[in-house]
Amino acid sequence: MAKYYQPEIETASREQILAWQNERLVAQVQYVWDNVPYYRKKMEEKGVTPADVQGVDDLYKLPLLSKDDLREAYPYGLLGAPLKDCVRIQSTSGTTGKRVVAFYTQEDVALWEDCCARAIVAAGGTEEDVCQVAYGYGLFTGGPGLNGGSHKVGCLTLPLSSGNTDRQLQFMVDLGATILCCTPSYAAYLAESIHERGLRDQIKLKAGIFGAEAWSEAMRREIEESLGIKAYDIYGLTETSGPGVAFECEAQAGMHINEDHFIAEIIDPVTEEVLPEGAKGELVFTAITKKGFPLLRYRTRDICVLSREKCPCGRTHVKMSKPMGRSDDMLIVKGVNVFPSQIEAVLLEQGYPANYQIVVDRVNHSDTLEIMVEMTPELFTDSLAKITEMEKNLVSALKAMLGIYAKVRLVAPKSITRSEGKAVRIIDKRKI
Amino acid sequence: MAIQQISLFLENRTGQLAEITNLLAQNDVDLRALSIAETSDYGIARIIADDADKATRILLDAGHILSKNPVQVIATADRTGGLAPILTVMAENHIAIEYMYSLFTHKGGNAYMVFRVSEEEKFISLMKKIGVTVVDAEMLGIR
Repeated sequence: MAKYYQPEIETASREQILAWQNERLVAQVQYVWDNVPYYRKKMEEKGVTPADVQGVDDLYKLPLLSKDDLREAYPYGLLGAPLKDCVRIQSTSGTTGKRVVAFYTQEDVALWEDCCARAIVAAGGTEEDVCQVAYGYGLFTGGPGLNGGSHKVGCLTLPLSSGNTDRQLQFMVDLGATILCCTPSYAAYLAESIHERGLRDQIKLKAGIFGAEAWSEAMRREIEESLGIKAYDIYGLTETSGPGVAFECEAQAGMHINEDHFIAEIIDPVTEEVLPEGAKGELVFTAITKKGFPLLRYRTRDICVLSREKCPCGRTHVKMSKPMGRSDDMLIVKGVNVFPSQIEAVLLEQGYPANYQIVVDRVNHSDTLEIMVEMTPELFTDSLAKITEMEKNLVSALKAMLGIYAKVRLVAPKSITRSEGKAVRIIDKRKI
Repeated sequence: MAIQQISLFLENRTGQLAEITNLLAQNDVDLRALSIAETSDYGIARIIADDADKATRILLDAGHILSKNPVQVIATADRTGGLAPILTVMAENHIAIEYMYSLFTHKGGNAYMVFRVSEEEKFISLMKKIGVTVVDAEMLGIR
């Protein structure tokens, strides 16, 4: 059984990895300078040209990119390859109404799928396996990513997408799925359903690859015990192709970042200074191989620690810890990115004041999102039917913006707690 | 002559109604009618007070959200079958009722019904035609 999907790369020496990074970074910076006017302008504003970047040590000189840049550049402002060479988009939420759109050339897709294949092999996957992909398919990268990785490894791929638990379990049992890929909360939910239906003995799962949301060691143990599997973490963003940027190995102690495709840095989220290895800070990625959407120094807003400690699995690529928090106010609800600013934009557009509170909870392993909005004299009317319709319109508008259902609760004015004059916007009751 | 009804937004929270009735009592406002319409998430309390302006001021000062709307009040004989004929005639004349409820008052053996209708003029002339008294504020001793 192969231990690595691409052994020469995954166990390459540090010198070799650095050589790849240096060479590819220089080429990528020139490529972006030549093809992405939006980023070239940022470089010029910072007084940097491609000649100033001779290797990884010069990376800090380049301007950082954030989600706000992506919103500003929407849709084609950060496109790197000619449109005719792009074969796919994937999309995720932006900070307000504008979505993030990532572009892929045929080769970009192949490289992305290689990364996901590495993750599946690291979890013990081979062509003998039956891999159930229960991440959402479509614009979200989870489904397509693991689907492609599974194909590359040669597993029998079950493209279930998310939801429809009856069908998930039917295929899981009937086709003997051995690997499960989905969000950790859905895995916990499936585990519970399996027990409730007395299907535990009919399940042949041996491993799970779970990501797209934060999950604790406690939750890992719970899932592992409940399903009798080894549960592996996987990490990624649409901006870095999708899942597979980093993945856990058998050591289950940190995720190996695919350094031949991405250079990772940790910066201080406030000063933007690059921090030394081992320091806790915001993870920044520079894509050095993909061409459709080649982001340099993209701020993930995830806080973590990098470590080059030797890993018993034999892989030599740097490890990142599980994200420990965010440097912004983004939430992940049901695997979907939610920004309070999106909610605010919808409220204002619907004629509500920006007096709201977001309450996130988890009930039966499923995330719930509730938005409390203050009623105003202008919006109040002596008709239950009209107010109910207003509420329904708000729920629809929020669903269209966020992609998930949020319950709306109208409350009396000034009832949303204010501490020191500033309203508490987000209450997250989940114990992840 | 329409009577002023106060419609109040009610959050779905325990203690709301106690708060409101206490507030009015403390300020010497007498309630003549209180009707609650609810959904699972919130409600509307419809109030007819002995002094509509005073009640409005007190409730607004306490931070409540409300609107004032005109309603029609009729007096009908307080006996079995007092209401049915009136509603029948209204139906025959296609007068839509948005909502209705009763007043606490019980003067002279009459029951008093509050109506919110979409066609006020039509309602008033119909009541006149069938000899039903449409009551005004003065008759109820309120303002």
